[in-house]
Amino acid sequence: MDVLLDNLELFREGFVGTLSLTATSALLALVLGLIIAGFRVSPVPPLRLFGTVWVTLLRNTPLTLLFLVAFFVVPQILFPGINSFLLAVVALGMYTSAYIAEALRSGINTVPMGQAEAARSIGMTFTQILRMIVLPQATRAALPPLSSFLIALTKNSAIAGAFNNVDLFNIQKTLSNEGYNILVIFLWITLGYLAITFTISGLFRLLERRMEVAR
Amino acid sequence: MKLQKTAASAAVILALAATAACGGKEGSAGDKQGGKTDEKSLPKYDVAKSVDVGSPVLKKAQKRGKLIVGAKADQPYLGFQDQATKKYSGFDIEIAKMVAADLGFAAKDIKFETVDSGAREAAVRKGDVDLMIGTYTINPERKKQIDFAGPYYHAGASLLVRKDEKAITGPDTVKGKKVCSIVGSTPLQTIKEPKYGAKVTELAKYSDCVKQLVDGQVDAVTTDDAILKGYAADNPKKLQVVGETFSDEPYGVGLKKGDNALQKAVADALKAHQDNGDYKKAYEATLGKSGSKFQEPPALEEK
Amino acid sequence: MSASVLYDAPGPKARARNVIYSVLGSLLVAGIVALILYRLYDKGEFEGAKWDIFNYSGIRENIIEGLFATLKVFAMAAALSLAFAVVLCVGRLSDHKLVRGAAGIFIELFRSIPLLITIFALWVGILDSLLPFSVSIKPMWALVLGLGIYNACVQAEVLRAGINSVPRGQREAAYAIGMRKTQVMATILMPQAIRAMMPTIISQLVVTLKDTSLGYIILFPELLQTARLIASNTTVNGDYPYVPTVIVIGSIYILLCLLLSALANWIERRGRRAKTGITPAKATPPAEAAHA
Repeated sequence: MDVLLDNLELFREGFVGTLSLTATSALLALVLGLIIAGFRVSPVPPLRLFGTVWVTLLRNTPLTLLFLVAFFVVPQILFPGINSFLLAVVALGMYTSAYIAEALRSGINTVPMGQAEAARSIGMTFTQILRMIVLPQATRAALPPLSSFLIALTKNSAIAGAFNNVDLFNIQKTLSNEGYNILVIFLWITLGYLAITFTISGLFRLLERRMEVAR
Repeated sequence: MKLQKTAASAAVILALAATAACGGKEGSAGDKQGGKTDEKSLPKYDVAKSVDVGSPVLKKAQKRGKLIVGAKADQPYLGFQDQATKKYSGFDIEIAKMVAADLGFAAKDIKFETVDSGAREAAVRKGDVDLMIGTYTINPERKKQIDFAGPYYHAGASLLVRKDEKAITGPDTVKGKKVCSIVGSTPLQTIKEPKYGAKVTELAKYSDCVKQLVDGQVDAVTTDDAILKGYAADNPKKLQVVGETFSDEPYGVGLKKGDNALQKAVADALKAHQDNGDYKKAYEATLGKSGSKFQEPPALEEK
Repeated sequence: MSASVLYDAPGPKARARNVIYSVLGSLLVAGIVALILYRLYDKGEFEGAKWDIFNYSGIRENIIEGLFATLKVFAMAAALSLAFAVVLCVGRLSDHKLVRGAAGIFIELFRSIPLLITIFALWVGILDSLLPFSVSIKPMWALVLGLGIYNACVQAEVLRAGINSVPRGQREAAYAIGMRKTQVMATILMPQAIRAMMPTIISQLVVTLKDTSLGYIILFPELLQTARLIASNTTVNGDYPYVPTVIVIGSIYILLCLLLSALANWIERRGRRAKTGITPAKATPPAEAAHA
């Protein structure tokens, strides 16, 4: 108990660190994922190829290696002096975007062909079809995996903590240096992560319920 | 299908890589800085026979036939592992060899294990290593968990900057600058204080800090001057050490808490080799080459 | 190409537009790649000296050793996770409330804790504070145990989904001819569940393989840790060869993972030919699989 109360400031800093890293990279991952999913279903071959390469490469590389590239190669080659929080966001966001793109793509694929054909035959335009027919159904199918990926993203943010970011994992080192019982430290840190992951799954359950339709 | 072809070619490439491992150039890769250690002028240590000091840790090591010593692997001139030859070299390594000799282990019977700064107490406490010799500052917090023998060297915190750095000349000029060190290290806590007011970056290893310094991600690296001088000497074109030292870091040999017999044996060994001149010779052949002037070893306090 | 939900088969106008998009898109991608390559070249990353380090037998042996360490940990963690997953899954489907609850809590708990933290906690000796006696866990075992426990929890859920996909009638028929619970589970349900879920199980194994790289945090000398040491402990003209090392090590990881994924796809296709009435799941990683 003392560990938390004595170091409330540190825990708050760590929790906010994890939260902001998760939120920012989730945003990036969603945007990138949407774009890449768009590429993967587009009628333009080079874009499709780009999407495939993106997904294959990122899904088969350990995240740790990505962080290594982000922290030690990107500053050297492309952007010297870049903010390290930004680097962590880009690495996490890109990694998760590959998974999100796949979830969205399979969401789109769940929409039966006939619906789109019917929509086109009554003269709806591409944007209309996308907005009124495909996306609502695709989102509904993609929500459960999306929620899992965002939870995974939260957990993965700990790897950034092992590099440079101040987050829940990172403060553990400072605390154990001060000689607190590691069991208690890890208990509180775990509770911190659980708070975030439960919020995410709760939010998505709410979303799913709101988007539910009677069939 | 496409993926299957990829897989097949992947298998072929892996197999090729495996066979390619045989052969190739010998020796250490990369820059030759005249050898980090002056192998020829290293002293030879006489190995003591049938040592019995009544230490449980030592008994176990004797039964094993190997003395396991925790060392750093990424600190040139102090504790450094060449990645091509897998050999450790440096001043701490020599200290390990002279202590081991007096405990009855020849250099070939020492098994070095890389232990990073944050893991040192745990490694000693759990018995993963028999001795920990790796720029290990003796301080009260650590003494709660383990025992030390020493000190055998006095270092002090300093600053490592890029060669072209003009603004940072010492600890008083780092206000608002990004300074890197390893997580939870003491110089970092000091330099964070309002008196100095640096912004800190905490990484797991000093070599990570040095890499970020070279890339311009941070403006300075702070830790013990001995370590920093090693990096500067290793990469003289890009790095330099500036300013006076602003802390006192006595290095000791870490060992399991309560093993007083071993503590005494190690302290005796250090004393003996300091007296017979091995210490100075070893220093000149390793750390001395990085530009740190030889200083008389400090008086042993932990014994 | 086949028609898609999103658009009709392109007519002449759309085809012309697609060609323009193709050219523009290719140019953009090529431009970015060229820029990165140029920067790499500009910083001297393609100089012979930087790549020469891989000509040394010591460095090569080092990489091979790291690769074997990675594969060893992967093999052990995979075996442990699969065996433990069967136990957890059976526990979760148990008729006893207590066993069911315990298995459920265990699975949920370890699935929610970041794997990195599990591994690290095991290594710094969290078991010492939990058990009455002292145990010393070597980095390799901390990694194997951590990976094993986490992946067992994910695999257990995969298996449970597989068991639920076996038609109910089979189970009922088995009970009707007098088979006991254990027999039904061992001879009827589990074999079919494993078979149906094989592609997903292997996809999760890819994740296990990738996650062995977390060993760097506890200094286990696997492939990635080896790479870091090679990069940080070698200087070439006053520079550290991170780029060549990352390219070499990254390719090895990608190749290994592709090999495993290809196996998953092959099994999926093969399984589709079998006439069991149970279609194997698609070889996509399970939703939880996104970990590292």
